[in-house]
Amino acid sequence: MDFDFAEQAPKLMMLLWGLVAFAVVVGGLLVLLDAVPAFFARRREARFVAASASGAPLPGGRPRSREGLFATFFLLPTVVLLLIGLVVPALRTTLLSFMDGGSQNFVGLDNYRWMFADDSIVRVLLNTLVWVTLVPLVATSIGLIYAVLVDKARLEAVAKSLIFMPMAISFVGASIIWKFVYAFRSEEQEQIGLLNQIVVSLGGEPRQWLLDSPLNTLLLIVIMVWIQAGFAMVVLSAAIKAIPADIVEAARLDGVSPWQMFWQITLPSIRPALIVVVVTISIATLKVFDIVRTSTNGNYDTSVIANEMYNQAFRYGQNGQGSALAVFLFVLVIPIVIFQIRNLRQQRREG
Amino acid sequence: MAVSARPRQALAIVGAIGLALSATACGTGSSSNGGSSNADSAECAPYEDYQGHEGKTVNIYSSIRDIEADRLAESWKQFEDCTGITINHEGSGEFEAQLPVRVDGGNAPDLAFIPQPGLLARFAERNQLKPASAETKAMAEQNYSPDWLKYSTVNGTFYGAPLGSNVKSFVWYSPKMFQENGWTVPTTWDQMIQLSDTIAQSDVKPWCAGIESGDATGWPATDWIEDVMLRTQTPEVYDQWTTHEIPFNDPRVAEALDRAGTILKNDKYVNGGFGGVRSIATTSFQEAGVPITQGKCALHRQASFYANQWPEGTRVAEDGDVFAFYFPAIDPAKGKPVLGGGEFVTAFADRPEVQAVQTYLASGEYANSRAKIGDWVSANNKVDLANVANPIDKLSVEILQDDSTVFRFDGSDLMPAAVGAGTFWKGMVDWINGGNTASVLQGIESSWK
Amino acid sequence: MTTTTPPVAAGAQETSGRPTRAARVRKRLNTHTATMVAIVIAVVWTIPTFGLLVSSFRPENQIKTTGWWTFFRDPEFTLQNYQEVLFGQSASSGQLASYFVNSLVITLPAVLFPLAFAALAAYALAWINFRGRDWVYIAIFALQIVPLQMALVPLLSFFSRGVSLGGITLMPAWNLDGAQNFAQVWFAHTCFALPFAVYLLHNFISQLPKDLMEAARVDGATHPKIFRTIVLPLVAPALAAFGIFQFLWVWNDLLVGLIFAGGSDVTAPLTVRLAELAGTRGNEWQRLTAGAFVSIVVPLIVFLSLQRYFVRGLLAGSVKG
Repeated sequence: MDFDFAEQAPKLMMLLWGLVAFAVVVGGLLVLLDAVPAFFARRREARFVAASASGAPLPGGRPRSREGLFATFFLLPTVVLLLIGLVVPALRTTLLSFMDGGSQNFVGLDNYRWMFADDSIVRVLLNTLVWVTLVPLVATSIGLIYAVLVDKARLEAVAKSLIFMPMAISFVGASIIWKFVYAFRSEEQEQIGLLNQIVVSLGGEPRQWLLDSPLNTLLLIVIMVWIQAGFAMVVLSAAIKAIPADIVEAARLDGVSPWQMFWQITLPSIRPALIVVVVTISIATLKVFDIVRTSTNGNYDTSVIANEMYNQAFRYGQNGQGSALAVFLFVLVIPIVIFQIRNLRQQRREG
Repeated sequence: MAVSARPRQALAIVGAIGLALSATACGTGSSSNGGSSNADSAECAPYEDYQGHEGKTVNIYSSIRDIEADRLAESWKQFEDCTGITINHEGSGEFEAQLPVRVDGGNAPDLAFIPQPGLLARFAERNQLKPASAETKAMAEQNYSPDWLKYSTVNGTFYGAPLGSNVKSFVWYSPKMFQENGWTVPTTWDQMIQLSDTIAQSDVKPWCAGIESGDATGWPATDWIEDVMLRTQTPEVYDQWTTHEIPFNDPRVAEALDRAGTILKNDKYVNGGFGGVRSIATTSFQEAGVPITQGKCALHRQASFYANQWPEGTRVAEDGDVFAFYFPAIDPAKGKPVLGGGEFVTAFADRPEVQAVQTYLASGEYANSRAKIGDWVSANNKVDLANVANPIDKLSVEILQDDSTVFRFDGSDLMPAAVGAGTFWKGMVDWINGGNTASVLQGIESSWK
Repeated sequence: MTTTTPPVAAGAQETSGRPTRAARVRKRLNTHTATMVAIVIAVVWTIPTFGLLVSSFRPENQIKTTGWWTFFRDPEFTLQNYQEVLFGQSASSGQLASYFVNSLVITLPAVLFPLAFAALAAYALAWINFRGRDWVYIAIFALQIVPLQMALVPLLSFFSRGVSLGGITLMPAWNLDGAQNFAQVWFAHTCFALPFAVYLLHNFISQLPKDLMEAARVDGATHPKIFRTIVLPLVAPALAAFGIFQFLWVWNDLLVGLIFAGGSDVTAPLTVRLAELAGTRGNEWQRLTAGAFVSIVVPLIVFLSLQRYFVRGLLAGSVKG
């Protein structure tokens, strides 16, 4: 074997550089923010002393703009990176959506017209709606139920890692896993798909699960729920543990049934975490495409917007149409954004 | 195991993994000694024309990976040693989607092996490709038939020579099964149908097929249609079809679908070992022919590369467990229409060393060097049959070099990707699942703008 | 989003007093049903993965012809798949260990950078009073929807062509070589992780008690000082929580790795190598069964060893204000 440690050295050097850069950037920023205002404060003090000595008018402090200065520096790295990495691409995508497939000529609203003129796209829209309604609902519910049930149970850590496991599996692995669930073999053959094996052993006929709409969309949704429930469970479980013990104890002393405890104590207490989970899963679901792509590639009426977008922009070279679909995704997220704004307002009022 | 542990942290971090791996020693890293060339030795004589680029590097991007990528690296090893050019090859399963991203992002490879003339044309039309050099062009014209070169020529500009090829007009069968049952290899379409009827009367389904291929599901069915189209129509009509000079829902295309349907959509004929017609859509193309080895079906139409899909231990030979016969013509008087595919060596850079590699890959020396390593077919007419060991590859090369062969490229690779890798694939899936010919063709036609 | 603690509701008071025997029986029944439901969910969730695990020890022809459960009737055990994944047959794609190192080198900074930047930004958005901060926050939140795929070309172009405006070069091309390409991958991962990171951390940081912050301000502490000495320790566990999620995403990412690291064994992550295992025509997919388990080991270790952190992590978020 030729595993040569010397070959790995440049990579590890690079890692070292990366960590040094991290320390310098983050540490530097904090030090700078500490030192610079202090420096100005000293100067102002000095000027203040000088001014009072000479009898000139006192320089006025502007704390408000200093706050702005701090905010600028705190936000600087994030905003710059987001501008380069996401804002510019989003603007570019919007621009491309008004251009042709090769991004050479403007075509006005043609791509949007194409989107709504195509019959199959209506189907895609409906499917996306089904996804974005069901996945957050089911994944969050299961995650929540499980989190409540295993809370303080024996072997809690093990029980939780079982549900968490799908999140840790790479997508390549997940696609094989579900192949072993939905696979179809004719009646005279041995089944290799678990679902059909169950059907056969119950005396039924094997089915081609991914062929029949709308069942196939639901079966693909199951995969997404399988992956996302782990996320919901982890976040919600932590939120449940954060409920102050005295409240729970007080309720218990009052003889509250577990059912009432759940609705009257647990649920209201974890509301913020619940919102984070639902919003995050909703957005992830809007963007889902690899499950659909590897399972059916959108055949048999299972396509969703992001899958169409990927096909148009990356496989068919239709950048315009792909971008138009991406812009449509931006539009779909607006309700979630509005919800978030209302939330923030409410929080500010309460705060 | 060479442990040159200079940086101590490196050792500490990688130590655990390294120790685990050192237990089982295997695999050989191919470290090319880029830079140092031994250009004067005798075995380097064929590479004289490519000298003068010592120490330069050429990056190649393709869809070829794993073992086949090893074979590629081996095939140009001597070229690298003699010329001092280092060739970095990168293979990716996401090639078709990633190449445009890299090109648009300004990070194009020097050379790419593009298997779709349609994709090649797209790059050419957007002025992202470099035309092939005069030397490359001369080399290609010497070694390949004009039939092949026209696929990498866009608006009169030639962009690169073919590399590997495959013959798609094959029907796989089991010589053993045929012998036991007294069946003979058909040489005309009618004989093939007769044979199918005979087999259908026994308890074996004559045909097996599968078109599932992950996100490329549908392509094996498009090959079927193209093969039949080439047999029911003249090559000229086929060309008009792939270039959209006749509409996709032309009656002649419908005729081809219906004729293919007499086999693919015939419950008496399909789908040996898998179920009925509908099982074709969910059977993966890799597994589709396997029932032949279990005696559950007799015939499977698939390209030469299917030779690598058989279960381990299956002997591929004319007197072995499985072999293939030429997918017969309907009217043998019209010649021998052959459907095939292949990849084209196209350049995104025009540095001299890139052009040298591009020229070399079009040469007879290269083709033979690669052929000797095995499992490879090329339309390069300099390929010496003696260098082709595998019987199915030999048969393919014979067919490609045969003068009576009328070669046509896989139509779906010629069409714009939105059709050839989009609606055509999807249309075939619908068609297999019971969609009627007219509405499926109408759907594909309306997507072709 | 302050955690609101409702007073024990009216319904609860009606049943107050000593629990009756019936209630105790019901309670026991409840816990039994609860355990059952939990076990059912756990089993349903685990079976698919378990099937993959069993399959990874079966020979190729068995995987492709019979269901994995037949393994228990007719065990045919092989390490062939692991052998192929770990020690590879393909010389040109390099050693698996090398990809492991790559994945580590990619993952560490790609977790640290977004974590630090997002924490700073989230603090500013939550506790520094400046004009338009809500709009900045909402904008960052909304950026979560930008599909990664649409950002690939412009970002790649940013690295390979630099930025120029009207013929003036504002930033030259990066022209990275070999291991330096890691910088691009870090950069890309950091950009893509920020919106979610800011959203999540803002949720925690904004829930810290207001009086605590105000007291510190009155004492004359500057924002950097509050951030370092008060906020960071309080939300450190929350940072760990985000760190674990980000670790998983980066470790399992294929797309960003493919585009920005390239496929050579110098920089490409483990997932790129795994995707390659299936062979040129995907006929060797049985190897992926073992591949999936090889790549899951590290994330699982990370999760199990930091699980306690998860709990404490989110605990910090709801310190009552």
